[in-house]
Amino acid sequence: MRVTTKLLATAATIGLLLGLNYLFEHGFGDFRINAYYARILNLIGINITLAVSLNLINGLAGQFSIGHAGFMAVGGYSATFVTVYYGSAIAGLFGSSLDEPAGAAVVMLVSLVTGAAAAALAGLAVGIPSLRLRGDYLAIVTLGFSEIIRVIILNIPAVGGATGFTAAIPITNFFWIFAVAILTIVIVRNIAASTFGRVLATIRGDEIAAEAMGISTTRYKVLAFVISAALAGVAGGLSGQLFANPLNPQNLNFVRSIEIIVMIVIGGIGSISGAVFGATALTIMPEALRRLDQQFPGLRMVTYALLLILMMIFRPQGLFGRRELGWAWLRRRGPAAPAAAIK
Amino acid sequence: MADTVLETRAVTKRFGGLTAVKTLTMQVERGALYGLIGPNGAGKTTVFNLLTGVYDPTDGDMLFQGARIEGRKPHEITRLGIARTFQNIRLFPDLSVVENVMAARHLRSRQTFADAVLGTSRHHHEEQEIRARSMALLELFDLQRFADETAVSLPYGSQRRLEIARALATDPQLLLLDEPAAGMNPQEARDLMRVIRRLRDEFALTILLVEHNMKVVMGVCETVHVIDYGETIAIGPPAEIQKNPKVIEAYLGGA
Amino acid sequence: MDTVLQQLINGLSLGAIYALIALGYTMVYGVLRLINFAHGDVYMLGAFAGYFLANALDLDASPSIAGAIVVTLGAMAICGVIGVLIERLAYRPVRHHSRLTALITAIGVSLLLEYGGQVVFGANPRFFPQMIRAEVYSVGGVQITNQNLLIIVVAIVVMFGLQFIVHRTRIGKAMRATSFNLSVAKLMGINTDYVIAFTFALGSALAAVGGVMVALAIPRIDPLMGLMTGLKAFVAAVLGGIGNIPGAMIGGVLIGLLETWLGATAYSTYRDAAAFAVLILILLFRPAGIMGTATVEKV
Repeated sequence: MRVTTKLLATAATIGLLLGLNYLFEHGFGDFRINAYYARILNLIGINITLAVSLNLINGLAGQFSIGHAGFMAVGGYSATFVTVYYGSAIAGLFGSSLDEPAGAAVVMLVSLVTGAAAAALAGLAVGIPSLRLRGDYLAIVTLGFSEIIRVIILNIPAVGGATGFTAAIPITNFFWIFAVAILTIVIVRNIAASTFGRVLATIRGDEIAAEAMGISTTRYKVLAFVISAALAGVAGGLSGQLFANPLNPQNLNFVRSIEIIVMIVIGGIGSISGAVFGATALTIMPEALRRLDQQFPGLRMVTYALLLILMMIFRPQGLFGRRELGWAWLRRRGPAAPAAAIK
Repeated sequence: MADTVLETRAVTKRFGGLTAVKTLTMQVERGALYGLIGPNGAGKTTVFNLLTGVYDPTDGDMLFQGARIEGRKPHEITRLGIARTFQNIRLFPDLSVVENVMAARHLRSRQTFADAVLGTSRHHHEEQEIRARSMALLELFDLQRFADETAVSLPYGSQRRLEIARALATDPQLLLLDEPAAGMNPQEARDLMRVIRRLRDEFALTILLVEHNMKVVMGVCETVHVIDYGETIAIGPPAEIQKNPKVIEAYLGGA
Repeated sequence: MDTVLQQLINGLSLGAIYALIALGYTMVYGVLRLINFAHGDVYMLGAFAGYFLANALDLDASPSIAGAIVVTLGAMAICGVIGVLIERLAYRPVRHHSRLTALITAIGVSLLLEYGGQVVFGANPRFFPQMIRAEVYSVGGVQITNQNLLIIVVAIVVMFGLQFIVHRTRIGKAMRATSFNLSVAKLMGINTDYVIAFTFALGSALAAVGGVMVALAIPRIDPLMGLMTGLKAFVAAVLGGIGNIPGAMIGGVLIGLLETWLGATAYSTYRDAAAFAVLILILLFRPAGIMGTATVEKV
């Protein structure tokens, strides 16, 4: 019985997203969504995936990673590479082409799966050596790996090097972005509300006690890291194939990683609803400040910086702490919520 | 001979120039209530850390139910059937009382990661089972009404009992209790003694206990193993140990 | 052979800069167990402070050693104050929060200084006036500029000064005590707040020297110059053993040499990544660094 409800819910969600996607692209009667707002909505969706996936490793597992942009880069570039160099061939296999929705959808799927796999491998490569380090050192090492990834990509001409992957074909759309965002939320929530979520809570609470209770902390830290990286990779694949938004190593740097950190810090590290809120707020805010930022370059980052500092001093647990707000499904059976989890 | 659950053979642990444990040889029979005592700094917690894989011995062997355990990781040893509590309580701060115990059931879990992510019926059934078992353990220690409170908000004595409940959740055969009576008043200590005996009788556990509270040690333990400066100075039933001149000297100092 | 010696001189001079900055990281980590992410940006502020002072003294028109000394001392003073302010306003309020909170705060301060610098100074690079007439000495086929020489000499002098302070003065003893155990130091009557402020001031002053010295050799300064340099100096501190003062010096020189050597090879585009590769390797194989001692957690 549960299975049928789940299948129905999934089908309904897909249907809803497809419907919304159609509205997005073709309008409704005389109504057409403004291209600017459409773009912002798409960016929100991508940032939700990034923030919620980062929350899995930083919030749930308590391992401080500031290299998320690196996984976004690995996944994004792999995904885009597949589309650019193999896209027509793949679409052709199904009797379609990249210009037709069916062909584009198939290629998108293949491309995203590739991105996820590549990013997952990167997550494994980074995670296994790094996750034995504590706190600050783990943070710096993840930053280091992310920079190394960036420098390597910069030196690969086939993906555009310093000018960015401009050869990308824009097959991302509303449907894919929000399908992935919703999938990410479901995956992370299901992990959090399960025995594995408890395991992650023990790892962030007291690793020695966790080991003593029979939990292989290394195994689960790496697992969380790999899943988180894979999801970031998918976000990268979506982002790089969004209209007029090519991947560029200069943008997939430390500052990008920090932007995602700010999103989950504001919402509350450990809270999925917090991550969604933070992602939304921090996509809209820079747009709102855009004119100011053009007049005074750097003002956007100054605002982020002040936000970070003030939040850490006055409300380190973020807006929601570790609690979940909204939908009861989100809240059911999450870990107990003491107020100041990050303190 | 009786079934030897735990055996150490000339186990030595050196930290640089300091020898914390020196050729420790110990045999614990199944169902024993075995006490490890000694003055402060004698090396008792180091022995526990060796047995649970936190440290690797510099020399010597350790056998649990016939299998060698030296060099194994802590979580592997717990899986084999040894559970412990800590001298300084280590509860999981972000989890509630019942969740602390539920977390310790994880190693016996049979669901896969995919089960959890997809929310299969196997996942749901196991969740219910985990919760039921955990609540049952809490009832044993009269902690069930605090089930959903934050674990670290409990009074000290209850936290200690919770740690024992949590250790039991791993389905151990050997339970290592590190100063379980620390900070307890005489009534609590008497309750603890009753609980320990119950654990041995009803759960068929073997219990190895480090303790400073002599009433508890002499009242509960059937064998007492005394160490000082990492070395064994006496092993025997409580009555004998109390009269042993070497033991008296170790605790009270020489002439 | 000539090129090797040349690389050596260049590497030592670059290494001296990294060492000066690394010292600040290592001292603050020693007393607070905090990675002061913003430290690299204090180095940047030192360069800018020097820039404004040098222009005020019109050193471009009439360069002089005395002028350069005044500029350096001035920059040191300004950055010392900035360091104390950062600690007081941003780090002290979060001192008793988790280390992660402190790290995030440090990242925030770093970004604030960098992009605040962009807002205040403008994003475009400025050119540091020539405080001292450049001269090149040719010694056996090797070109040594007087700037290189100055950097190395100043760095050595400063480090001797630091060793003196740390090992021969009361405040130095207090610093060492606090870095062993803050709570115990407090119990022994040491005013740890003052010691911490002093540590920040000292570290920031050293970074300022680095900033002014680097501007001598490479006059182009911009508000983002501290980020990469700071991170590499941090790697140097870890390489030498974080918390260990001689270690920071050794680490700085080694990173400087490595980078210079790489710059001369075909892998020069990977130069920036090299420091991170070093960091990862140390933390994996010898986390205590060259001079550090490993600590064991009590179970």
